[in-house]
Amino acid sequence: MAISVITPLTKEMARSLKAGDSCLLSGVIYTARDAAHKRLCELIEQGKELPIDLRDSVIYFVGPTPAKQGAVIGSAGPTTSYRMDAYSPALIARGQTGMVGKGKRDTAVVEAMKEHGAVYFGAIGGCGALLADCITSCEVVAYEDLGAEAIHRLTVENFPVTVIIDSEGNNLYEQGRKQYLNETNKAR
Amino acid sequence: MREISAQLITQTVKRLCIDANIHLPTDVKEALAAADGEETWPLAKETLRYIKQNAEVAVQNEMPVCQDTGMACVFLKIGQDMHIDGNLTEAVNEGVRQGYTEGMLRKSVVRDPLDRVNTGDNTPAVLYTELVAGEHVEITVAPKGFGSENMSQIAMLPPSAGEQGVRDFVLKVVEEAGPNPCPPIVVGVGIGGTFDRAALLAKQALLRPLGERNRDPYYAKMETELLESINALGIGPQGLGGKTTALAVNIETFPTHIAGLPVAVNINCHVTRHKTEVL
Repeated sequence: MAISVITPLTKEMARSLKAGDSCLLSGVIYTARDAAHKRLCELIEQGKELPIDLRDSVIYFVGPTPAKQGAVIGSAGPTTSYRMDAYSPALIARGQTGMVGKGKRDTAVVEAMKEHGAVYFGAIGGCGALLADCITSCEVVAYEDLGAEAIHRLTVENFPVTVIIDSEGNNLYEQGRKQYLNETNKAR
Repeated sequence: MREISAQLITQTVKRLCIDANIHLPTDVKEALAAADGEETWPLAKETLRYIKQNAEVAVQNEMPVCQDTGMACVFLKIGQDMHIDGNLTEAVNEGVRQGYTEGMLRKSVVRDPLDRVNTGDNTPAVLYTELVAGEHVEITVAPKGFGSENMSQIAMLPPSAGEQGVRDFVLKVVEEAGPNPCPPIVVGVGIGGTFDRAALLAKQALLRPLGERNRDPYYAKMETELLESINALGIGPQGLGGKTTALAVNIETFPTHIAGLPVAVNINCHVTRHKTEVL
């Protein structure tokens, strides 16, 4: 059944997760998309302090819709991850252990994950209304000027994700498709 | 001559923006249910179940189905025997502005593709107008998410490539997109015209109800067969493996030049949103 993953996500825990594992994520995670990633990487390059502590952190690639009155957050599903490929290796080198998004990653990201011990989770794209129900708190912690792209600190409870790429480089997109095609061809 | 106010256009566009983002169209829901019925792979079935549940939760909580509430693509079919009192483009943009602000939708538009400063109200709309017979105006709002838009491609094929060339290109685009555009996807294909017209046809193809085939039996057959080929790729819902890679392939065509065979493939995710109203 689903594995309970509680943040902060230690490198040991990250390394124990395998591609294909269904997980329920709980605890504090941070949101960031292209614009926030760019700023974080610029700060790293300049040797300046970051607005969030990356050690054992999980970053969710999401830009939510505004929260209605009384709601914690609006619709909040994952955005496509490859746009963060240029930035993720630098953040992983600084201690980030988890990423939540959807879609493919490039070799440099996977190599950084293998070297430092990090995991890439997939959340279901286009299910922002459902996923919002698993978010219990939300506050902007940096780059408020970016609107939906600001860095938010979220508390999540049993947020459903699947390990897409593990710290050994195994990839569920490749494995899942291959298994399905093998089974279907056998049945024919 | 019949006259309607620009204000009425604004109110309608506003309502359609909000409605389209919260209520998944019936044809998409039906296609998802049909796909679930045919899907055999357990993880794929589970994913489809989440997707169907999400559409219900969105309505219950009056929340957008997806956080990418898109760039507002607005299609107007304007009857040539009517007159709109006021600035039409402004009226449409005002509708988008009000819809995205009051409807708590995400503002996802930047004022310049390179300086990338958010316009703050999701304007401007991508507006297409067409003159038609009659004295009514048909307004369609189709919010377009960019996870899938980014996976779209166009090719200027040589006429010798023929039908096989078109099929190969469509499959190549879907294969390269893989899990990125949030499968199950809807594939809009525009064949013919010019470079720009092919792209527009592909986008217009995405507006056609998923269960409705091209009126030309030749292209209707190609749609059905292409869907089968795509669903044999094994990409599956969210790219985790399975049959349901696409819900539909919709093709639109236009006459073209003796030297050309333009083909555009516009990908949409399962959140294929469009709402239409006639004034």
